[in-house]
Amino acid sequence: MMTDRVKRLRQESLEAKPSISTERAELVTEFYRQNGGFMSEPVRRALAFKYILEHKAIYIGEGELVVGEKGPAPKATPTYPELCCHSLDDLDILNSREKIPFAVSPEARDVYQNTIIPFWCGRSMRDLIFREMTADWRAAYDAGVFTEFMEQRAPGHTVLDDKIYRKGMLDFQKDIERSFASLDYLSDPRAYDKEQELFAMHLVAAALVSFAERHAERARELAAGESDPARRAELERIAEVCSRVPARAPRDFHEAIQYYWFVHLGVTIELNTWDSFCPGHLDRHLEPFYRAGIESGALTRDRAEELLQCLWIKFNNQPAPPKVGVTAAESGTYTDFAQINTGGLLEDGSDGVNEITYLILDVVEEMRLLQPSSSVQASRKNPDRFIERAARIIRTGFGQPSVFNADLIVEELVRQGKSVADARSGGSSGCVEVGAFGKENYNLTGYFNMPKVLEIALHDGVDPRTGSLVGARTGDPRSFRSFDEVAAAFEKQVRRFVDVKIRGNNVIERLYAGFMPAPFLSLLIDDCVARGRDYHDGGARYNTSYIQGVGLGTMADAMTALKFHVFDEMTVSMEAFLAALEGDFEGREQLRQTLLNKTPRYGNDDDYADAEMVRVFEIYFSAIDGRPNTKGGEYRINLLPTTVHVYFGSVTGATPDGRRAGTPLSEGVSPVQGADRRGPTAVLRSVAKMDHVRTGGTLLNQKFTPRLLAGDEGLEKLVRLVRGFFRLGGHHVQFNVVDAETLRDAQANPELHRGLIVRVAGYSDYFCDLGKALQDEIIARTEHSDI
Amino acid sequence: MATGLVFDIRRYSIHDGPGIRTTVFFKGCPLACAWCHNPESQTPEPELLYRESRCMRCKACLAACMNEAISWSGDVPVVDAGRCERCGSCAEACCTDARELVGREMAVAEVMAEVERDTPFYEESGGGVTLSGGEPLAQAEFALELLKACKARGIHTAVDTCGHAPWETLDRVRPYVDLFLYDIKMIDDERHRRYTGASNESLLNNLQLLSRHGHNIILAVPVISGVNDDTEAARRLGEFAAALPGNHGVILLPFHRLGVDKYALLGREYVYADLEAPAEERLSEISRVLVGYGLRVSVGGS
Repeated sequence: MMTDRVKRLRQESLEAKPSISTERAELVTEFYRQNGGFMSEPVRRALAFKYILEHKAIYIGEGELVVGEKGPAPKATPTYPELCCHSLDDLDILNSREKIPFAVSPEARDVYQNTIIPFWCGRSMRDLIFREMTADWRAAYDAGVFTEFMEQRAPGHTVLDDKIYRKGMLDFQKDIERSFASLDYLSDPRAYDKEQELFAMHLVAAALVSFAERHAERARELAAGESDPARRAELERIAEVCSRVPARAPRDFHEAIQYYWFVHLGVTIELNTWDSFCPGHLDRHLEPFYRAGIESGALTRDRAEELLQCLWIKFNNQPAPPKVGVTAAESGTYTDFAQINTGGLLEDGSDGVNEITYLILDVVEEMRLLQPSSSVQASRKNPDRFIERAARIIRTGFGQPSVFNADLIVEELVRQGKSVADARSGGSSGCVEVGAFGKENYNLTGYFNMPKVLEIALHDGVDPRTGSLVGARTGDPRSFRSFDEVAAAFEKQVRRFVDVKIRGNNVIERLYAGFMPAPFLSLLIDDCVARGRDYHDGGARYNTSYIQGVGLGTMADAMTALKFHVFDEMTVSMEAFLAALEGDFEGREQLRQTLLNKTPRYGNDDDYADAEMVRVFEIYFSAIDGRPNTKGGEYRINLLPTTVHVYFGSVTGATPDGRRAGTPLSEGVSPVQGADRRGPTAVLRSVAKMDHVRTGGTLLNQKFTPRLLAGDEGLEKLVRLVRGFFRLGGHHVQFNVVDAETLRDAQANPELHRGLIVRVAGYSDYFCDLGKALQDEIIARTEHSDI
Repeated sequence: MATGLVFDIRRYSIHDGPGIRTTVFFKGCPLACAWCHNPESQTPEPELLYRESRCMRCKACLAACMNEAISWSGDVPVVDAGRCERCGSCAEACCTDARELVGREMAVAEVMAEVERDTPFYEESGGGVTLSGGEPLAQAEFALELLKACKARGIHTAVDTCGHAPWETLDRVRPYVDLFLYDIKMIDDERHRRYTGASNESLLNNLQLLSRHGHNIILAVPVISGVNDDTEAARRLGEFAAALPGNHGVILLPFHRLGVDKYALLGREYVYADLEAPAEERLSEISRVLVGYGLRVSVGGS
């Protein structure tokens, strides 16, 4: 149920127009202007944090129960010029781009022109990073072989555990003081560095408390002027909550939620951390407060639900930090991947589903917001009712919650070296990546364009788009005698570009450690306080750097096609094949159709094609996994694209799977769009042939027509399908119920949707094979279906 | 080992019995129901199917045909049925799959290799294999071998049948069948002959015998407007079903027109191309009547 208050706040959040706020940029610039002298960087960053929180506007909206905004008002979005400074062109693009614009007022533009740009232009982390990269790195980056996450955003991709529900900032300060007391200036050469880091953490803990107190004061002021006694009481309660948390541990449900939100604001104001930051297993963290509240009679289920809904609205009020440069024009989302987990396993290995799990799923279904995103962590120990509840929401066709294999995630984390307890307290975050919540610095460092690398391998190291040599010389493929030589050339190129990428990453990691420490985030992640080391400098208990492979499906089919046609069946020569690719299949439509329809393809449980997928997986895995980063941790792989498969496709020529130049690559570990024609179990079996345990996350999208999920039966079978997939060792699956729009697209572009099944008792066919009249009928039914 | 003519194997079948199933479609049917939504299932030999919308007019089929059975007429290829030996070389040569040979002779082992792939899903869901068609019992040896192979591997079996077979055949396969999805169109034999081309006498007898032997049976009733959707037909059905020794659920399968394009692809006329699906009121009336006879009734996907 949504109360009138929630309905109104939700509507306001949906209608608020995202804009650029220069508040943070102005404050940080003022601060750096006045504090340019010698001091340690952790302390400078702590003082900057304090300065922003002391001076930023306090916002308490009409009717709000959970308070605090990153900017001066909902969707007034701050910028981080110390990381990357928007140019006037960037601002004009953000203001005018058709999709997801950010309004930039003339005043904001003036501030940038007169204050921000003159101070930061050429001095930001982004400028520094690009200056420090090698020519090889730049060539690969420009060719679209990989992207770099840290050029616009700070590392900070992590999730919180349960510590804030047990400890206030004052308790954190006591921990810091203990760490201080044990510093050994006589034999530890880093003692002074640690002292400075700890001092910085102490400062930021106090800064967050004062920030909350400013909200308390504002609430008291508003209460004094409030004529409605009910609202006055609420404001007085808000004041009480903000005076209590985050200084001390929360006592009840309301305080716990408000505390988390202050922490969230602290982390995301300090730096523009990737993929936001999220509370992780909110259900298990809030459960004790809920139970105590219900037992004492101080809380009702409705009130708990309303408070959660207010938290959801807060998340939705924060668009992702606006980008600069090319990505400002191309980035197609306001969403920043805060992902709230439910279910999974408790630290002792028992079933993690509780009453709040279901309450949260109710909230997800009612709020229907893209942010925060939600996931269910499905363990074999969780009851079916839990998965069924999630399936009911999935069926409403809004792409949430995504479903993760909790048991496999534990295995993945343990393989990476985490303790079993830390692994169970972890889970998935952001997109699909795994981490030990509250104890790990895990960072997505950039996407890796595998089909582009194949293209370069097929051109002996040259990028055919520009004609320049960007890769290694691996030989003219026309001279290859066996398919193994093709695979070897690809592997060699992968290793070369991974080396280039890792070298760059290792420099960037040190730049962040040196110039952009994050004392507030460090406060929250074990064992930064105990070690006296920053989050960016190896302070976390675990440190993982990910490089995300993109285009696995395209790669699998491309390798299969080369092997099948050039070497096994010998129906096409390498020379002819390369010429067809060169010409983007112009005049070679028969070959292209043969590739699409008469060649084994990944996603059909066809061992021939699936073996090539596994080969590509192994090549990518062995090039990266286990290599050291600069924080005492390792590189790992995951396979997820977000939306980069579109950009990567745009810089990649025609591929041997029949894909035309410039069109999107396959996404995640999903088969090429339209290649899977044997139904969902065949897709799941194909996908499960790679060893997901050795990844830090894979992403699979499955499209379903609504009829396939209709009724209790359809729902039950979806639950069984998920259980079956997880039994086979899949990591994640997200079900998208196709809407009428997708079906219309399938009508227009059947090639991309060949796998869409229409199924009725004793009958099934592919949507694309039906005549137009019947397709129209199904589209009309889909539009009016009320499941 | 027995082989059989199969025209499709569909995984993740979720309407053909309990759980997640793989349905093996047998080609060839003794009946010729006028409303059939799988017309390619009817004849007991391979058939060529042509999807004009996919054809890119490359004429590869022309070159591939060793019997010179294909000629070009205007914008489309035409097959001389007299010369065509249904060898499938044209379909093989067709890069867009516009031309497809429906029906492939498969060995039991081949079918099982496909069927067994989804075993984890059967186990999770209580699913298994459904033999459908066409009429599985029309290829009795093959059906029997397949059923035995499934049972030997612990896979749940269902047979979707019209029951039009000698009792001896049913008697041989029934030990290996966990569930019969027994099609029953109408009790009136004269009408049955008119619409399906055969008497229903043997299939009703067979049903009674199966029921007497205590088999697990679901009665599958296609509901076709103007053919068997009248109250009288429902009453007679209810009377018959209620008198069966076993207590069997009834599933109503309302007519849908999804098969209409297949007739065109096969170059055949579809008498029911313009028939509407039965109205909700008719379905609830039929349900009401059947429930009145103490039967459990559900309505299948439309």
